Amino acid sequence: MSLRIAMETRQDVLVIRLQGELDHHTAEELRSKVDDILRTPQIRHIVLSLADLAFMDSSGIGVILGRFKQIAARSGEMYVCSINPTIYRIFEMSGLFKVIKFRENEADALLVLGVA
Amino acid sequence: MTVQRNFMSVSFAALSQNEAFARVAVASFISHLDITMDELEEMKTVISEAVTNAIIHGYDENPEGVVHISVRIDEGTVEVVVEDNGKGIEDVEQAMQPLYTTKPELERSGMGFTIMENFMDSLEVATAIGKGTTVRLTKRLSFAKALQN
Repeated sequence: MSLRIAMETRQDVLVIRLQGELDHHTAEELRSKVDDILRTPQIRHIVLSLADLAFMDSSGIGVILGRFKQIAARSGEMYVCSINPTIYRIFEMSGLFKVIKFRENEADALLVLGVA
Repeated sequence: MTVQRNFMSVSFAALSQNEAFARVAVASFISHLDITMDELEEMKTVISEAVTNAIIHGYDENPEGVVHISVRIDEGTVEVVVEDNGKGIEDVEQAMQPLYTTKPELERSGMGFTIMENFMDSLEVATAIGKGTTVRLTKRLSFAKALQN
């Protein structure tokens, strides 16, 4: 199983839906695909939708934090939603919830950002 | 209950696509145990962390490097050893600090050892410069703890 990346932009929000496994091997593809889209200066916020992400390790933390820094520099916010329990603990352990906001599901996050 | 003792070992090239193979190999070896889904996911995460460290830090992603994994099951305790013959770790104590990484340019989070410590009962690291690193992890599964009580 590898990683499938689906992306959608809604006004200034980039929605990233991940399916499969995010590790060191698949992180590079995610990094380059998201960075390509972030060249568009209009994008200010990111919603990471992880309902179908079966696995993530600390390589995922690195790639998520790297993208967070980019949108934080644009005064944007990052939301993460629908995380499985093991991945939730990894987020907690790494202190990611101090900077990345958690919402139960994608619809909630999109509502908060005014693009539902 | 039958006494459960079992052992396996596997060696593979230090290629990033083998990280998924390592996780699945170990998970499938221990899946016959009365292991919870959470415990299985934790094991997979820990294997991924240790193997990724070996590939990125031990071998600097040189695919000629070889990563060795052995798993021993002894009545509800799982011991995993992940070994490389790479460059070794200069300062283990520092390497184990949360968020510490020698490769920030690669967006490494520095959380690998912290996750290993959190998801397992014990973590030992033996390393020698120019010779390699051995990470030994053990976890007593919840069904075994329940039987004990």
